[in-house]
Amino acid sequence: MSAARIYFNNIWLALSTIAIGMRITFKHLFVRNVTTQYPDVKRKMPERARNRLYVNMDDCIGCDQCAMACPVDCITIETIKSTPDVDLGTTSTGQKKRLYVPVFDIDIAKCCYCGLCVPPCPTDCIVMTDVYEFSEFDRHNLIYNFSVMTQQDVDVARGKLKKAEEEAAAKKAAAAAAAAAAKAAAAQAPPPQAAPPAPSAGAPPQPPAPPAADSPDQAGKPS
Amino acid sequence: MDAFQNLGFWRTLLVTVVLSALPLVFILLYALVTIYLEMKVAAHVQDRLAYMRTGWHGVLQPIADFIKLLQKEDIISVAADRKLFILAPYIVFMGTYGAYAAIPFSSIFIGAQIDLGAFFIVAISSLVVVGILMAGWASNNKWSIFGAVRSVAQMVSYEIPTVLAILVGVMITGSLNLQEVTKFQAGGIQDWVIFGGPLPLLQKLLITPFTVITFLILFVASLAEVNRTPFDLPEAESELVQGFFTEYSGMRWALFYVAEYANMFLVSAVAVAYFLGGWGSPFGETLSGPVLGFFWFVLKGMVLVFLQIWLRWTLPRLRVDQLMYTAWKVLVPFLFVCIVAIGLILVL
Repeated sequence: MSAARIYFNNIWLALSTIAIGMRITFKHLFVRNVTTQYPDVKRKMPERARNRLYVNMDDCIGCDQCAMACPVDCITIETIKSTPDVDLGTTSTGQKKRLYVPVFDIDIAKCCYCGLCVPPCPTDCIVMTDVYEFSEFDRHNLIYNFSVMTQQDVDVARGKLKKAEEEAAAKKAAAAAAAAAAKAAAAQAPPPQAAPPAPSAGAPPQPPAPPAADSPDQAGKPS
Repeated sequence: MDAFQNLGFWRTLLVTVVLSALPLVFILLYALVTIYLEMKVAAHVQDRLAYMRTGWHGVLQPIADFIKLLQKEDIISVAADRKLFILAPYIVFMGTYGAYAAIPFSSIFIGAQIDLGAFFIVAISSLVVVGILMAGWASNNKWSIFGAVRSVAQMVSYEIPTVLAILVGVMITGSLNLQEVTKFQAGGIQDWVIFGGPLPLLQKLLITPFTVITFLILFVASLAEVNRTPFDLPEAESELVQGFFTEYSGMRWALFYVAEYANMFLVSAVAVAYFLGGWGSPFGETLSGPVLGFFWFVLKGMVLVFLQIWLRWTLPRLRVDQLMYTAWKVLVPFLFVCIVAIGLILVL
């Protein structure tokens, strides 16, 4: 092409492409916009979106499996054994509830929304919801207490368990005493040669045996 | 001024002040509307919504922005040249506002009946260049000085095609007084200079292609004059932050901003007066009159302003060498051809 043709061609190209561009932008003036007016209009979250955790305490059996699955340890569960005379009812999946759950705290500030706590739950009572607006000014407000027990309920439950344990211990002691008495009675007959052996000189003294359970409310798992 | 002869000095002064404040009121109202328009056009071109929360579809947002600017802190950097820094926005605004004196808003309202109106507008709006260079230099900032230097190079080069294009209008209408120019095209849309003006049919047919080209060139050149995209190199927010007014804040910044928008309408007004019949109704005598004349004038001006906005959200920015190429190798030669051709046709 000659220089003159290139010159005029360039001008023509510039004008025609500007016209094309302006036609496109003008069309877009009347295209439906894609903005969602967020606080007024909310988009629906996907079906399996993982956001705020929710625990349905009616179904919780206090098994502690979610707390163990949690990689950041944001779930705290404490339980109290129920005595045989109370009936805590059954979950919606038909499982019998045997433990009171006085503490079920989730620190949502720690939560990493991995969803690992959801599959282990035997009664499907811990779920991830699609709620994502829960900002707080105070960090402590992000610790959610799901337990429905009042302090009074907890005291009653503890008292019952203690009583039951004392009774059981007393029974056991009585039984042990009876057994010991029986044993002693039986031992009376043969000659007393089976006296306890004298402790060997070099052996260290045996440490006292640990108690059966450190505290009743820490006994986490169901039988 | 003949009407004021019997009023005495003080009353004349009062009337003068009030009348000269009218374009200012117009500029401020127009700036509010145009800023809103600009944001809305920008958003809808990109399938967005822009302001939605201040009033119905955000109509109050420009006012809210203005109030925010009023109470912003006025920062002058330590290394800046304080006097020039403070003076620059006023000079820019003065250059723009001074030019409004010769703009015929309506058949009964023009700031000053100057016989050299068009020349006055071109001359006084050159003051804007001084103000911009002042702002860039006084800011003592690399971005600002780059913006200012680019702006001066651009505005001085593009002044030539602008003036030549206005010269074409002057050749056809035979006047520099914008009021006379408008009266020359009073016969309706077929008498507008862009369609050859009120000439015999043969001359009109011959002259029309050249006047249309001249009008297009005037529009392009005036875009560069007011630093709008695709010629917004002085501001070039992706490279120079905000060019020559990077360092400004609060009301001083707002003054630059208003001057920029006022300039957009100014160049549109000149183009409207010379090529699109000024305040004249497109239907000749029907729908004409002082008030309707104002309406037509503003409507035509706003159409051109809308065109500027539309172009801004369509085109990318030119490079500096492309900018100079466009001015000196395309616009000016084309205008020379147009001037010669139109001169010959007019002599016919």
